[in-house]
Amino acid sequence: MGDATPILEARGLSKRFGAIPASRAVTLDLRAGEIHALIGPNGAGKSTLIKLIAGDLTPDEGSVYLGGLDVTALGTAARAREGLGRTFQISSLIPEASVLQNATLGALGRLGQPYRFFSRALRDRALRRTAEAALATVGLEELHQTRSAELSHGQRRQLEIGVALTLAPKVFLMDEPMAGLSAEGARQLTGILSDLRRTAPILLVEHDMDVVFALADRISVLVAGEIIATGPPDAIRADPAVRSAYLGEATP
Amino acid sequence: MSLNRETTASLIVMAALLSTVLWAEATGEPFTITLATRAAIFALAGIGLNLALGMGGMVSLGHAVFFGIGGYAMGILASHAQTFTPLTTWPILIEGTNAMPVIWLVAVISSALAALAIGALTLRTSGVYFIMITLAFGQMFYYFMTGWPAYGGEDGLSIYVRNGFPGLNTLDPIQFFAICFAFLACALWLYIRVDASPFGLTLSAARQNEARLRAVGIDPFRIRLVAFTLSGAVTGLAGALFADLNRFVSPAMFSWQTSGEIVIFVILGGVGRPIGPVVGAGLYVLLEHTLGDVSDYWQIVLGAILLAIVLFARGGLTGLVLGRPLPHG
Ligand SMILES: Nc1ncnc2c1ncn2[C@@H]1O[C@H](COP(=O)(O)OP(=O)(O)O)[C@@H](O)[C@H]1O
Ligand SMILES: [Mg+2]
Repeated sequence: MGDATPILEARGLSKRFGAIPASRAVTLDLRAGEIHALIGPNGAGKSTLIKLIAGDLTPDEGSVYLGGLDVTALGTAARAREGLGRTFQISSLIPEASVLQNATLGALGRLGQPYRFFSRALRDRALRRTAEAALATVGLEELHQTRSAELSHGQRRQLEIGVALTLAPKVFLMDEPMAGLSAEGARQLTGILSDLRRTAPILLVEHDMDVVFALADRISVLVAGEIIATGPPDAIRADPAVRSAYLGEATP
Repeated sequence: MSLNRETTASLIVMAALLSTVLWAEATGEPFTITLATRAAIFALAGIGLNLALGMGGMVSLGHAVFFGIGGYAMGILASHAQTFTPLTTWPILIEGTNAMPVIWLVAVISSALAALAIGALTLRTSGVYFIMITLAFGQMFYYFMTGWPAYGGEDGLSIYVRNGFPGLNTLDPIQFFAICFAFLACALWLYIRVDASPFGLTLSAARQNEARLRAVGIDPFRIRLVAFTLSGAVTGLAGALFADLNRFVSPAMFSWQTSGEIVIFVILGGVGRPIGPVVGAGLYVLLEHTLGDVSDYWQIVLGAILLAIVLFARGGLTGLVLGRPLPHG
């Protein structure tokens, strides 16, 4: 699935927190049209890797390439402008703002227009079109006026993805988007993500193995900061190192 | 255009202020007009602070810096005009002036520049550090002005004539009030527009969730810096008007008490509510006048009201009447 040109590449990313090596020379890539799932036990370093790629953390070694461009020296905001659309493990929205305002903020970032003082954010055609389209894709079109603090947990996860969509990113980085969702919510979001890979490839951190094997085109397994295997789902399932290190515990 | 609650409330409060003054004019009560002018100027300073504090979450305890710079812009220019001595002769000749428009322009530009510089140095900090650093800047300016003898040192500067505005008799209380009221109305309009604008949305996002703002590609620091600069400029303009109202400036304009009073206007009236500072400043001047005559300890009453509001009515008086702000701008 997809062609072989990597849109996002992590090359030899290492990060230590004191004595803990949270990332050890991690190399992985993300190609057009794919969902690349990143799995691993708690504390393996999945969130750390997402933060290294997103720019929240600076690596001790290694670099990040986005669309062939070395973005290692850029901060989080600059990387977002370069096309990283990211969702957080713990929903991170503007609580007092409405759903539509949250999406409009994404559109503002995308269009690079925050320094407009007199026009109305919600009346601007271009902003509105971008925001509404993204909200429709994630199924929140009925909830435009709801304060995001009043959304259910699942709706907040949908909005996170909706805001990332307004950025028209080159890639999506999603840290456990299904965390805490009901079975029904997870099923719905699985459908959304499955379609979304055609918009932009997704680096997906996910705990739920059913979701991972249903969605992923490729899987990388992270254990103690190190990638021990990368490949298509069938190969990962069969990999003895993965079975003993990880899947063995998760699926008895 | 349909009016939302905040705008409607703003119009009502502004109409009440204007009616009070018209009534005072009709019944020959110039002192009431002076009080209303004082309230309007304080309200203007408060709206300036509200841009930073309410919209942007920047708890500045140093806004006296901008109020004072605006005041001294007036004091310095007017004192040179009244002694017919130039400010500088080299490299270019700069003369003093009695023209309000020039004074306002100088006040706005210099307080904006000060806010830009102070913001650039302080806005990387947050919480209690930001409060302390802005407070420290206020004290720096206060002691600097106290120790600078050229402009009166701690005695301040008296200006014997009120500065002029083409076509108006600025010594007539109601005409000077009209100027202040017009600026207040403009600032209120500006606040309401900015609140609903892309910048306002971005600034309130910077207040609520920086990580989210970065994730959509916007640097919160620059957004805050622009807001802080705008905030300082508005408060600086208020300082220039205040100096003209009193025809006197002194280092007290830079004092931490002044910074505290501006914060109080905003908290009393409602943090982040457009009309909040107007309500707060109005109440403050009313209490100061009615209770201040009765006892020197009137600020105890002010303190009790402030405490009650912080404990029981986080939205200030505006919040008590209007409830929580609506999310759609
Ligand atoms: N900011 C931090 N400071 C110190 N240690 C951290 C920090 N962030 C993560 N760690 C440690 O790094 C390791 C990897 O954490 P994390 O990336 O959150 O794992 P995962 O997302 O796979 O559960 C853990 O041992 C965690 O305790
Ligand atoms: Mg994690």
